[in-house]
Amino acid sequence: MKPVAFEYDAPRELGEALECLSRGDEAKVLAGGQSLVPMLNFRLVRPSRLIDVNKVAGLGEIRSVDGTLHVGALARTAALERSAVVATGWPLLREAAGYVGHAVIRNRGTLGGSVAHSDPHAELPAVLCALDALLHVRSKRGARVLTTDAFFQDFYTTALEPDELLVEIEVPAMKARTGTGFCEHSRTHGDFAMAGAAVTVTTDANGNATHVAIALLGAGATPMRLPDVEKMLVGEKIAERAAHAAGAAAAKACDPPEPEDYRRALVAEMTKRALLSAASRVKP
Amino acid sequence: MKSVRVEVNGRSYERDVEPRTLASDFLRHDLGLHGTHVGCEHGVCGACTVLLDGAPVRSCLLLAPQLDGCKVTTIEGLTPDGGLSPLQQAFQECHALQCGFCTPGLIVTLTAFLHDHEKPSEEQVRGVLAAHLCRCTGYQSMLDAVRRATDGRS
Repeated sequence: MKPVAFEYDAPRELGEALECLSRGDEAKVLAGGQSLVPMLNFRLVRPSRLIDVNKVAGLGEIRSVDGTLHVGALARTAALERSAVVATGWPLLREAAGYVGHAVIRNRGTLGGSVAHSDPHAELPAVLCALDALLHVRSKRGARVLTTDAFFQDFYTTALEPDELLVEIEVPAMKARTGTGFCEHSRTHGDFAMAGAAVTVTTDANGNATHVAIALLGAGATPMRLPDVEKMLVGEKIAERAAHAAGAAAAKACDPPEPEDYRRALVAEMTKRALLSAASRVKP
Repeated sequence: MKSVRVEVNGRSYERDVEPRTLASDFLRHDLGLHGTHVGCEHGVCGACTVLLDGAPVRSCLLLAPQLDGCKVTTIEGLTPDGGLSPLQQAFQECHALQCGFCTPGLIVTLTAFLHDHEKPSEEQVRGVLAAHLCRCTGYQSMLDAVRRATDGRS
């Protein structure tokens, strides 16, 4: 249970980190290490070089600029939980952060690390899908901005090239009259969820939905949005009946790993609960 | 080898380490601080929890070179000379340990938690205990110990 031998770099500037990544060896980026270090200890990953970005200046900032949230990739999950900016403007992110592992894990784990690791059972990637986040990626060759849809490709597989570093997560402002909700089921407190749903509901003045976003975790190879189910709800009042129907439709639309039937049943219930929770939080 | 300068329990150390050395092994083998226990080595059991710049973290999920420039507190640093902290005393009185393997991690996590939470609810305490595996005593007496340790607080 010890890692293989590797070279270790701890750059202090972003340019230096990108330089390290451009060398073309079997390098891995070390952020919070709450997923990577267990994999190192089990020797499931055997990098020739670790690039520790924990000391890179300015990579962990959380700030709101003109209503848009900018989170540095190195922002700790605990910092998201504590941030007044996040709590006020993006409560879905804060709510879901509280479900990530245990507080001790959240003290180290980072938003960027969770996104780049791309575990389909993870909470924060699903939330970013629901919130239409943009992922800012840098390399020595230049910069790219990706949608979550383009970024998450398969189980633990993203669009990141070997020389690229995820540097920032940008989340657009929430629309007026929007409520959000997050629900998941895990068998043990602090474990990854079996399945869950992150939801936003926007309504008109009469309380009818004008926009709905549903993103699932534990329901496929990547976190996934359900555009057809979302459209089904537009124009509806999100109450018991509509939420129940949407849950059933979500269970059909997803593609969960084993135990498949159990996860589908959970998707139905978690989607329904998250929708009702989001609808109840819409401020007129 | 990488050079590490770290302050542990108020004392400064400088050592050369192989980069793959886990912080938990560094504390035990290089610094001789055996109070930090190593259980699962993948962040689940909580036995190796230490304070890194004041916040509880799993030392088995940190590499020794990452400690460079940091302040670490281990169970040794939370134990007064020749005695016990009020939380440790409460653990003893409430029989909240048996074999004692999980205890250092629990004391570290709970000390930080009780520093931030004057009068935590039972639910909050349960949430904290859930991050640690205990295979003998069980958790009820730990809940009692935390209650005893916080009873005198206003």
